[in-house]
Amino acid sequence: MSDKQKKATAYWKENVRYLFLLLFIWFAVSYGAGILFKDALNNIKIGGFQLGFWFAQQGAIYVFVLLIFIYVRLMNRLDKKYGYDE
Amino acid sequence: MNDVQLWTYVLVALTFGLYIGIAIWSRAGSTKDFYVAGGGVSPLANGMATAADWMSAASFISMAGIIAFAGYDGSVYLMGWTGGYVLLALLLAPYLRKFGKFTVPDFIGDRYYSKTARIVAVICALLVSFTYVAGQMRGVGLVFSRFLEVDINTGVVIGMVIVLFYAVLGGMKGITYTQVAQYCVLIFAFMVPAIFISIQMTGNPIPQLGMGSTLNDGSGTYLLDKLNGLSTELGFAEYTSGTKSTIDVLAITLALMVGTAGLPHVIVRFFTVKRVKDARKSAGLALLLIAILYTTAPAVAVFARTNMINTVSNQDYTSMPDWFTKWEKTKLIRFTDKNGDGKIQYVADASKNELVVDRDIMVLANPEIANLPAWVIALVAAGGLAAALSTAAGLLLVISASVSHDLIKKVFVPTITEKGELWAARIAATGAVVVAGYFGINPPGFVAAVVALAFGLAAASFFPAIVLGIFYKKMNKEGAVAGMVVGISLMLFYMLKFKFGIFDGGKEAVPGLAKDWWFGISPEGFGTVAMMVNFTVSIVVMRFTSAPPQNVQEIVEDIRIPSGAGKASGH
Repeated sequence: MSDKQKKATAYWKENVRYLFLLLFIWFAVSYGAGILFKDALNNIKIGGFQLGFWFAQQGAIYVFVLLIFIYVRLMNRLDKKYGYDE
Repeated sequence: MNDVQLWTYVLVALTFGLYIGIAIWSRAGSTKDFYVAGGGVSPLANGMATAADWMSAASFISMAGIIAFAGYDGSVYLMGWTGGYVLLALLLAPYLRKFGKFTVPDFIGDRYYSKTARIVAVICALLVSFTYVAGQMRGVGLVFSRFLEVDINTGVVIGMVIVLFYAVLGGMKGITYTQVAQYCVLIFAFMVPAIFISIQMTGNPIPQLGMGSTLNDGSGTYLLDKLNGLSTELGFAEYTSGTKSTIDVLAITLALMVGTAGLPHVIVRFFTVKRVKDARKSAGLALLLIAILYTTAPAVAVFARTNMINTVSNQDYTSMPDWFTKWEKTKLIRFTDKNGDGKIQYVADASKNELVVDRDIMVLANPEIANLPAWVIALVAAGGLAAALSTAAGLLLVISASVSHDLIKKVFVPTITEKGELWAARIAATGAVVVAGYFGINPPGFVAAVVALAFGLAAASFFPAIVLGIFYKKMNKEGAVAGMVVGISLMLFYMLKFKFGIFDGGKEAVPGLAKDWWFGISPEGFGTVAMMVNFTVSIVVMRFTSAPPQNVQEIVEDIRIPSGAGKASGH
């Protein structure tokens, strides 16, 4: 395998690791907190919100936005590290 | 003419003038301009355009109303239609931008080195986009007929002419910059009444927080607790609990997320930016701009539901305010005094309930219910039109590109000149507007059902084929085509059986079939199952057939590296 290919494979591996991490959070806030564990979380109240309901109608969406911007930062750093930025 | 009508005419005329001005300023000169706006759109402009493209009449007019009546169950739309952008940003947009062609069938056709794959993709794209666009035209007609009191069909025709003008003239370039303007109009129109009502009811100017605050009436009760109380008192489920089964909520949410990420008119927007890193960033900006509306909508839903119950429940019919009678005229509010006491009984029990309120009117009627000034009410009309027109234009472009680029140029007449292709694109766009307008005027009774089908179809076909194409180098054409065909057929079968009841004697049979749902999953959520079947079939078939050629595997290696994207090209 040439150096160029090795570099590409290493870059891809790190990229996929980030994806797993970010998608785990994506799953946890929506399917976890907003759906599967909502009844348990609804016992906790913050202001007028039951927590499970809040995640389903507000919280999950805020986290989604954050996730994409974190991804953008991580990938920009990764591109620089491997010399793929332009 | 009253104040509201005057303001509506002024605001609608101003915004339409703006859209037409932009269209003239940004005419398309080449096929590249027409398909991908020349490939040089800034991430922010693309983010705004994507947001306007995505937020349709359904998001603007219907969604808050649906949530107001469904409570917690409405969360499936909120999470489903935003969470899809995470998938889009992480799994699709950067790689498709690097690939650098014009359309989604372009990617499927090249990656799977097959005309069959391309044609299957074109059929899916056309089916998805046509069903969607008919709904948008209907939305235009609805707004016109209620606020300008013209005939609903005249409304549809006016909408057709406007879209025709800037979509045909400007292509993607014209559409992009009008969508930027339309985003500003629609978000302003959505937020202003929401803020007004939030202050009115809770004293908090931020609707997202107002929803969780105490009421302004000095009682110290939380708004959500109050609404839960009112709902149970009238026999409805608690607002924050919902009635759907957990597995169904899971399936619908996932189907909507995956469907969102697989919709061609959204994906194609990411072909218009310069670099791969711009595609990532602009997906983030798009979701941020969408989230402003999507986190406000549940607040609007809570305000509207509470206000409505307070206004009508057990009140004298004769004491109803102006808006009530106006909407009654459109038959979107219906009252029958079953027990003859002259009061309105609005309860869950169907045999005693006397009031039927169409879910679609909640956002449009909300400012009137809250007694807001005339210009705010008119603003909502302009916003609804912006939402419907921007989405319609984006869809029309996908339709015209599918015909002129994917069918004429890539399959039937490969020798066509650039000029010829541009003309073909314009003619196809015109044809598409006319067909969409026809369905807007004569809506098939199942428009809403078919829009749900569009998400299922996108989830069952495009999403697995594209994701496997990027993340699984060894995926071959046999696997991808088999997966798409089986996925889409299964989805169609399930919808026809459980949504239209065609195997069991038609529409009347549908409610009785719910007990036979596979795994207890509704047709709306079945896209999740069909998607998983697609993945499985693709991988199994691939194992028994030959690996893709070396040059295709090299394409896959190349799209994984972000640098050197260049501009989108048709070759």
